Amino acid sequence: MYPSLLRFPSELLGDVDELQRQVEQLFGPRGWPSSIRAVGRGAFPAINMGTTAESVDIYAFAPGIDPKKLEVSVDKGLLTIAGERQNNVPQESNQLSVYARERFAGSFKRVVNLPEGADPVRVDAVYRNGVLHIAIPKQESSKLRRIEVKEVN
Amino acid sequence: MDTKQDVVKREAPGAEVAALIPPVDVIEDEAGITVTVDLPGVVKENLTIRVDGDKLTIEAPISLGASHDMEPVYAEIRAAQYKRSFTLSRELDTAKIDAALKEGVLNLYVPKAEQAKPHRIEVKVG
Repeated sequence: MYPSLLRFPSELLGDVDELQRQVEQLFGPRGWPSSIRAVGRGAFPAINMGTTAESVDIYAFAPGIDPKKLEVSVDKGLLTIAGERQNNVPQESNQLSVYARERFAGSFKRVVNLPEGADPVRVDAVYRNGVLHIAIPKQESSKLRRIEVKEVN
Repeated sequence: MDTKQDVVKREAPGAEVAALIPPVDVIEDEAGITVTVDLPGVVKENLTIRVDGDKLTIEAPISLGASHDMEPVYAEIRAAQYKRSFTLSRELDTAKIDAALKEGVLNLYVPKAEQAKPHRIEVKVG
């Protein structure tokens, strides 16, 4: 069976699952599916997405950025995070040697496919400890509801 | 407890917690070495910087404050902590390491010991 079916029991994410399964089949099972928009390795910022009963939560790992310069927008079910991180590594000179330059520098843009049912009108974005947390509440109609089973004598 | 710890458990039950290797910039000037490390999601209280002999180790768990009932949709960060080690050399003064964490970026400064700093050697005329 598809392991992702077991991992993501939520019906709400059916479409996302299907897409991820296709990606997994293309690139081989890696334990964890990745987004079609993040197939390339090492995209900045790294993004994790999860859902609770109340909201869709996106975490973008973007350290060292002025939150005022982060642009977050939602359009047609796609979340876009854009911004720029300045390069703080000075030029090499006689007195200065640069041994490693692994940290991302420059402008970036990430696009994330939101699960169905996310309400783009009420998006909440908080930047803390270098992580941008975007919380999008679910629309009332897509929240999990308990249906009571009546007993008929 | 965050979601990513759940992820690790699901991936490899009973195995040691996986650690991410954070990207770094390393710059040396006459006075010392500056190491800049990307540690998004780390709070100062949980950051461990250890010097053991000539080995410098940076270790920190990632805390997102995510709720328990979160179902992961997908994850590019799939470990619950960062870990990276460096081997230092003798001329560095490990007792005077200065560390500052801001917006998920750690700045480490390891100064050189006084006698190791470059100095002009005067050539005497005989």
